[in-house]
Amino acid sequence: MRRYAVRRVAALAATLVFVSALVFVVVRVLPGDPAAIIMGTEGSPEATARLRESLGLNRPLPAQYVAWLAGALHGDLGRSIQYDVPVGQLIVSRLPVTLPLTLMAAAFMVLGALPLGLYAATRHRRAGDYAAMIVSQIGISVPQFWSGLLLILLFSVTLGWVRAGGFDGWSAGVGAGLRALLLPAVALGVFQAAVLVRATRSAVLDVLREDYVRTARAKGVREARVVAVHTLRNAMIPIVTVAGLQLGQLMAGSIVLESVFALPGLGRLALGAISARDLPVVQGVALFVASTIVLINFAVDLAYGLLDPRIRYD
Amino acid sequence: MARRRPLRHVTFTLGAVITLALLATAALSLVYTPADPLAMSITGRLQGPSAGHPFGTDQFGRDILSRVMTGAVTSIAVGVIAVSLGAGVGVLVGMASGYVGGWLDEGLMRLVDAVQGFPAILSALLFTAVFAPGMAVSMVAIGIAFVPAFARLARGAVLELREREFVVAAHALGGGDARLLLRHILPNSLPPLIVQATTSFPVAILAEAALAYLGLGTQPPYPSWGLMLKEAQNFLSLNPWFAVFPGGAIALTVLGLNLLGDGLRDLLDPKTA
Repeated sequence: MRRYAVRRVAALAATLVFVSALVFVVVRVLPGDPAAIIMGTEGSPEATARLRESLGLNRPLPAQYVAWLAGALHGDLGRSIQYDVPVGQLIVSRLPVTLPLTLMAAAFMVLGALPLGLYAATRHRRAGDYAAMIVSQIGISVPQFWSGLLLILLFSVTLGWVRAGGFDGWSAGVGAGLRALLLPAVALGVFQAAVLVRATRSAVLDVLREDYVRTARAKGVREARVVAVHTLRNAMIPIVTVAGLQLGQLMAGSIVLESVFALPGLGRLALGAISARDLPVVQGVALFVASTIVLINFAVDLAYGLLDPRIRYD
Repeated sequence: MARRRPLRHVTFTLGAVITLALLATAALSLVYTPADPLAMSITGRLQGPSAGHPFGTDQFGRDILSRVMTGAVTSIAVGVIAVSLGAGVGVLVGMASGYVGGWLDEGLMRLVDAVQGFPAILSALLFTAVFAPGMAVSMVAIGIAFVPAFARLARGAVLELREREFVVAAHALGGGDARLLLRHILPNSLPPLIVQATTSFPVAILAEAALAYLGLGTQPPYPSWGLMLKEAQNFLSLNPWFAVFPGGAIALTVLGLNLLGDGLRDLLDPKTA
């Protein structure tokens, strides 16, 4: 087990190094001269040269990469050109929007998908199953930002119940904050729920075919108990895997939903940085989001062993 | 059994019909649209559906039906190229990884893990920071996001097939590495790869729309469904239909392709049905 753990952590470290290298290559190596991109057409050659010097772009690329990576490991992602504050600070300041949005969407996803998937599996090849599958098929087909727009159209433009977007910060009250995040979280979560319903259904169906489930039924165990005790725990492994992998998708999706609902989160920070040619911010956000997704995938992998004691690592 | 006859398979047939309709619409839009999708009209802006404009008009008075039809071409083009790119690179990486093994395998798989940290939107954000946004950025960003799935599938297939008798026999008869991979291993690992390509296609179309919506993909005045939704958002209260039709086109297309993919999986691999 210990050898396995050491190998896993080493693999994780290697993966994160690759993540940082990919970000570095795209932002610093591909374009040729980041200083020219930042200055745009109005920069004089002298100003561009000064910027190049101050960003350390005159040093050899490997040295730049090592310096940047060493900084990132200490939480130093450079300074934003647009706001003149540390990039790390900007990212942290946007998390109170992106994180709750992602988590609320994840909650909607799980709360919607588990019961529906279970229901479909227990009604296999009957009307309820087909209905659940049709609902999830439609859910998968509707783009998240379009369902966001339709929710705005219904609840804000037509009914006038909520604002069409915006976020006043948590200082305006927890209730107001949750209300602002509700529609985007629904739009984000429902789509992912549709994917999870199918995974839940097939995982539960697989377990329901097992011999020990038939034995439990033959012993006269009530059906509800068979599903809740004998089936669900064993079906949880594939379900948790899919749900975990979807957390990363939710984070990426929140970038789009933040735009639909004008929420000041990480996605809008990155989009704003692109129009302002604020390369350090784009680089920092990309590194942060990609590393988070890799870490989530790693955690899902570890959760395997915890959920299923039959899995042994030698 | 119904499973052996594609046309009796409801999911497959429904998916195929919708997909064919999409292809026909895209092909038709190349030679005919009810109106010029780029022609503006100051007097006919933001109209609801009418006989002259069945889907209404946008903020420049352009015919939405014609733009939705032309948008199908954009979606298909980005989808085809992104999936081909992801499948090509992924299969190459996966086969090399599985066949050579050892440190190359370990290294390539960690690289694939790292690439998985970059959903299409994140890659597109990065690329757009240094290159001009456009269809090419969409294609590459979405293609990259597909690489890990194809690489893992191809690697798994190579690992499994490498030990099989017909491959070992071909090797014993003096078949070289390239011949083993291309003539014996690749053809036998195709069914799961084909299913993966089919199920990736609707994902690519959703991603293209999202990127265009964010301003990272297809640029105006080219009609893209995502771009139309971005424009429609500013006029939700004036002409809600503007947001309904392009979104509906995306949803219907993705539904058709998903059904086709599900049906194809049932037909090609009865075990998972």
